[in-house]
Amino acid sequence: MSLQTHPGTKPDPGTLPGPAVVPRAKKNTLSAFLSRAPRIRLAGLLTAPAGWLILVYVAALAALLITALWTVDTFTGKVSTTWTLDNITQVLTDPVYQIITLRTIWIALAVTVIDMVIAIPIAFFIAKVATAHWQKILVIAVLMPLWASYLVKAYAWRNVLADGGLLEWLGAPVGVSSPGYSETAVILTLAYIWLPYMILPIHAGFEKVPDSLLEASSDLGAKPLKTMRLVMLPILVPSIIAGTIFTFSLSLGDYITAQIVGGKTQMLGTVVYANVGAANNLPFASAVSLIPIVIIMVYLFVVRRTGALNNL
Amino acid sequence: MATKNALKVIGTLAAAALALAACGTTSGGETAKVAESIGDGEGQVSILAWPGYVEDGSNDPNVDWVTQFTADTGCKVSYKPFGTSDEAVTLMRTGQYDVISASGDASLRLVAGGDVQPVNMSLLKNYPDVYPFLKDQAWNTVDGKNYGMPHGWGANLLMYRTDKVSPEPTSWGSVFGGAAEHSGKVTAYDSPIYIADAALYLMKHKPELGIKNPYALDADQLAAAVSLLKEQRTHVGEYWNDVVKEVQSFASGTSVIGTTWQVGANIAQADGAPVETLLPEEGATGWSDTWMIGSKTKNPNCAYKWLDYIASPEANAKVAEYFGESPANPKACELTTDKDHCTTYHSGDAAYAEQIWYWTTPVAKCIDGRTDVKCTDYSEWTKAWTEIKG
Repeated sequence: MSLQTHPGTKPDPGTLPGPAVVPRAKKNTLSAFLSRAPRIRLAGLLTAPAGWLILVYVAALAALLITALWTVDTFTGKVSTTWTLDNITQVLTDPVYQIITLRTIWIALAVTVIDMVIAIPIAFFIAKVATAHWQKILVIAVLMPLWASYLVKAYAWRNVLADGGLLEWLGAPVGVSSPGYSETAVILTLAYIWLPYMILPIHAGFEKVPDSLLEASSDLGAKPLKTMRLVMLPILVPSIIAGTIFTFSLSLGDYITAQIVGGKTQMLGTVVYANVGAANNLPFASAVSLIPIVIIMVYLFVVRRTGALNNL
Repeated sequence: MATKNALKVIGTLAAAALALAACGTTSGGETAKVAESIGDGEGQVSILAWPGYVEDGSNDPNVDWVTQFTADTGCKVSYKPFGTSDEAVTLMRTGQYDVISASGDASLRLVAGGDVQPVNMSLLKNYPDVYPFLKDQAWNTVDGKNYGMPHGWGANLLMYRTDKVSPEPTSWGSVFGGAAEHSGKVTAYDSPIYIADAALYLMKHKPELGIKNPYALDADQLAAAVSLLKEQRTHVGEYWNDVVKEVQSFASGTSVIGTTWQVGANIAQADGAPVETLLPEEGATGWSDTWMIGSKTKNPNCAYKWLDYIASPEANAKVAEYFGESPANPKACELTTDKDHCTTYHSGDAAYAEQIWYWTTPVAKCIDGRTDVKCTDYSEWTKAWTEIKG
């Protein structure tokens, strides 16, 4: 006789074989316990992702901070684990690092603004003007540059910007000259490389605006520009900010473009690279790399209320 | 509550990180015993070297000197290339490699870190042939102990566009005091070690600074070099650290005058760019590599055999020609495919080589022998370089 085959039978505890009951009872205890203790249930569910986050993110940041407080024996290249604030003090007080920080922020801002100006009309066209068939093709076209290597694109710009290069040749009839290898070249190249990261979130934002809303606005007498400003823009702001987080933070940490087309432009990334790659001074490089981390944290803190973080 | 726990976690991680770092910083300082004879090969050797120094035909079937070595000695070669001297020092510290090709800016650090061992040069039959001016130098000999086999060498030359620069330059002054003439078209090597180029110029033109060796600069001398380089910066169009990029700048005319390696000039001329190089009247900085043996090697016999083999005329000729540098063994000059190779690279020209100050890591203990002052070390040079570039 068994419980399963005779659901109607009332179980008689006295006649039940022991082993058949024990596993069920155990299971019941555990789930019953968990249903009674929501905090422990939650802890159990969160342990794996939280552990992962701590391991990958918090531990890395902590390690960086700790490294910044060490020094290095520059001769043998060995890290000496005596605590000192020298690195951080130098990074904060030496004028050259302040100038480099300001320059890096300026480059990242300029890249972000250029990308924003170019991306909004493109994203609008793809989402609201193009036919469904063309939409797919255009989205693929926007994604296409991401399939090519970053390095190839940066070196291609090196050729475009060179003396006697494409830009000079195209610009000569209209009196435009190439900026050469300079800060401007870095801004142009980064704006080109990060553009898809701005178009895609804004495109997603435009897709969310229902056509009926635009029709309603038009029915109520709003001109296209007014509809754009009063109806679309407020819905789009989080998407645009999501795009700026990409272009801003990616530019802030870049060092490859600066090396290829920057001429003599130094950014925070190139300073980190010089200290890790050339001087083997990891503690000092860590101290420098704390600057972009702080900047981007402040930015994220400022924009968190706009809902942009849900659009990433 | 949550914050407390988070703090605990961070604390634990920090402690773990500290413990790890403590393990990493244990020094392996004691010197290994110098070998007295070379026995039978152990059957393998692992080599850490600049790309192009250890070729077995897998990159280019025509470029192969490792197969011959394995056939001769029975030592199978495993090869790991590195990109920078600092990467080399870090990798060598793992103790996994038997042999390394170290440039002058890495070799002293390897010796000081106890990562390489002294080599008994009398066991290497090709050593007597090596150019005398490469032997017993500051970057391969410490406290009278020789640390390895000299490899190729080269100078950091001055290159200019013949169609844009006239008259022909003769001095480094063309990229320092006279840089304004080509403002925006001057190029310089992008590394803190380039400070030595400015120091070399000051050594000849401002004797009152008392610079005796461009790699031994006290704080005042470094400041003088830094201010010279800051002045130069206003006229620099681009700093280069990749010889291919530099050649392209000269080819397009973005750069018209600045430092180069001979190999860069050769590539540019082969592409038809009107460039010439010269060793200016002040001399030049340069680089010289040394094959060294790891202090923890398990294959010392194969390592010794490699050091001897790579300096043999046949192997040395192949490496020097493939890489584009001057060989260490003059007998290699007769075996290069291009009979002018050694002439192009001024290989046997001792007078030429004497004008070259080979890259040496700047250290606090002045290598010019001064004991009354403390010299500036490489990390100070790196920070100064950041300041120069602004």
